[in-house]
Amino acid sequence: MTSVNLPSDSAGNTVTAPETQTDAVAAPSKKSQHEVLYFALRSKKFIFAVAVLGFLVLLAIFGPIIDSNDPLAQTLGVNTPPSTDPGYWFGTTTFGEDVFAQFVNGLRATFFVGLLGGGIASLIGMSIGFIAGYKGGWVDELLNMVTNVFLVIPTLALLLVISSYLQRSWPEARGVFFESIFVGVTAWPWAARAIRAQTFSLRSRDFIDLAKLSGRRGLKIIVFEIAPNMSSYLMLTFILLFGNAILIAASLDFIGLGPTSGMSLGLMMFNAVSWAALLLGTWWWFVPPGLGIMATVGALYVMNVGLDEIFNPKLREL
Amino acid sequence: MRRYFGRKLLTYAITFFIAATIDWLIPRLMPGDPIAGMMQRTGGGSTLSPEASAAMVQYYTNLFGLNRPMWEQYLGFWTSLFHGDLGLSIFGHGRAVTDTIMAAVPYTLGLLIPAILLSYWLGNSFGAVAARRKWLDNSILPIGYLLTATPYMWLGLMLAYIVGFTFRWFPLSGGYGFNLEPALTWLFISDLIAHWFMPFFSLFLVMLGGWAIGMRNMIIYELESDYSRYLEALGAPQRLVRKYAFRNAMLPQITGLALQLGVIVAGALVTEIVFSYPGIGQLVFNAIKSEDYFLLQGIFLFIIIGVLAANFIVDIVYVIVDPRTRVAMRGGTA
Repeated sequence: MTSVNLPSDSAGNTVTAPETQTDAVAAPSKKSQHEVLYFALRSKKFIFAVAVLGFLVLLAIFGPIIDSNDPLAQTLGVNTPPSTDPGYWFGTTTFGEDVFAQFVNGLRATFFVGLLGGGIASLIGMSIGFIAGYKGGWVDELLNMVTNVFLVIPTLALLLVISSYLQRSWPEARGVFFESIFVGVTAWPWAARAIRAQTFSLRSRDFIDLAKLSGRRGLKIIVFEIAPNMSSYLMLTFILLFGNAILIAASLDFIGLGPTSGMSLGLMMFNAVSWAALLLGTWWWFVPPGLGIMATVGALYVMNVGLDEIFNPKLREL
Repeated sequence: MRRYFGRKLLTYAITFFIAATIDWLIPRLMPGDPIAGMMQRTGGGSTLSPEASAAMVQYYTNLFGLNRPMWEQYLGFWTSLFHGDLGLSIFGHGRAVTDTIMAAVPYTLGLLIPAILLSYWLGNSFGAVAARRKWLDNSILPIGYLLTATPYMWLGLMLAYIVGFTFRWFPLSGGYGFNLEPALTWLFISDLIAHWFMPFFSLFLVMLGGWAIGMRNMIIYELESDYSRYLEALGAPQRLVRKYAFRNAMLPQITGLALQLGVIVAGALVTEIVFSYPGIGQLVFNAIKSEDYFLLQGIFLFIIIGVLAANFIVDIVYVIVDPRTRVAMRGGTA
């Protein structure tokens, strides 16, 4: 009966899964790497996304150095609109905090969550996907069941209960670092499912049989034979998980379970709503953080499409 | 047919069992003493005499059954769960958690169901029309990606600011006006709709992008496939080819809906918080503020049950839409 679900495995999820089909999985070689670079430099989408992300990363790295204000330092200049004065580029909050300083520090946290949370999710998703797809049999059945269970449980609801308990019993855990770990540990299921489907289709190819005949062990076959042959797919998976982790973390922060000491873009929006920025009309408090998240995640999605076209000749615009 | 649904139901039962167990385990796995936390919050630790304090600790320990063996606590949890007893809510001033949640559920469903259905229908139509049409594709695709990349709460905030604050077309917050009592009058109903519109619309907009992109990609994939090429070679009109492509592209989109449910529910929660809409999201927000753990755990179970039920509905729809699964179920070959 699994056939009912198969068409979705690689292509069904709206933006959650790369659209690459199995035929896009091609053996990388020196020549094709050169080719990838050739098409990458000609893909408008890819270059646009890299430019946006590059700009945001630079802002996250150097922003806190340019504007050295403490993002949580309260001043008397309350609710100042954005101006060209240094330290007031994005205005101030109801407590006189520097919004620009909060924004660049929050951007740092956003990239951190994406990198660590997305990284952990990719790692778990790949491990489960590879093992389930390669081993097959009851291991596959079991891992599939686990994946399906965690696929249905809404990530945010689970994180909600965990984080709310943690905030009392272990307040130190309420930082960006632990948040990233929690997000990573819960965001992997669809990746596991997609990678399992890909691995499954590679498993019966001749070169895998050859590797088995030559006496290679399962783990080595996965790492050296299967993974390199779907490296583009794995990369797309990581990019999407990166973006998903950012969005999940932002929701968590916005609900009021964000970092207590640091700054994040979701926390900025939480503070803005909590302190009635909407009723005061202080738009500069909540416009930058959302715009920052939208630009980051949007650029990641566009990059995903661009890379997909680069790796998959079928999708290329000629 | 029975085998198919039996298998599905089994998966959902296991999921619920695991989710409920996690729900039960989390407070017991957390570092720190939950009773000490309760005492601290109620101020019992500092203001009461040692004897009174000890009595309160005793009271709480009995209340939560923490002095009983673990397996007994676990069984007790399931017994009360089947009786619909999820404990009392601190935020709801001692009201039963089940009642507190039930009062909020209609608002959330009233947002979610129309937003999902309308965005699904319109998004899929847009996506299907846009695929492989240069001009439309170049305009719908970027908008779609922008919308899916938007955090739900931010779009809500922007709508609230522009439409609600600047133009004052729609009320900014609440489920209905503070000056009204719930009643079946025209005044109340129109007020209800006015308050409902903005959270609904912002949910709808974010979802719209995702469906449009998904459908567009699937249609392109289907138009590349052999049967489309064959139809084209036969000289079938474009409209007919697209119609077949749409019917095939629809299937993964249905599975996509099931997979997206968790994200959509999360989106509804944060959107409600933006508009102070009296649904589950607002309840979560208040529960966290007042550290109402019973309420949070109850909400978690409610969300799980809702998502599982929705998944099952999607399964049924899939069988209705895809004739091949029905044929396969009757033992034939498609």
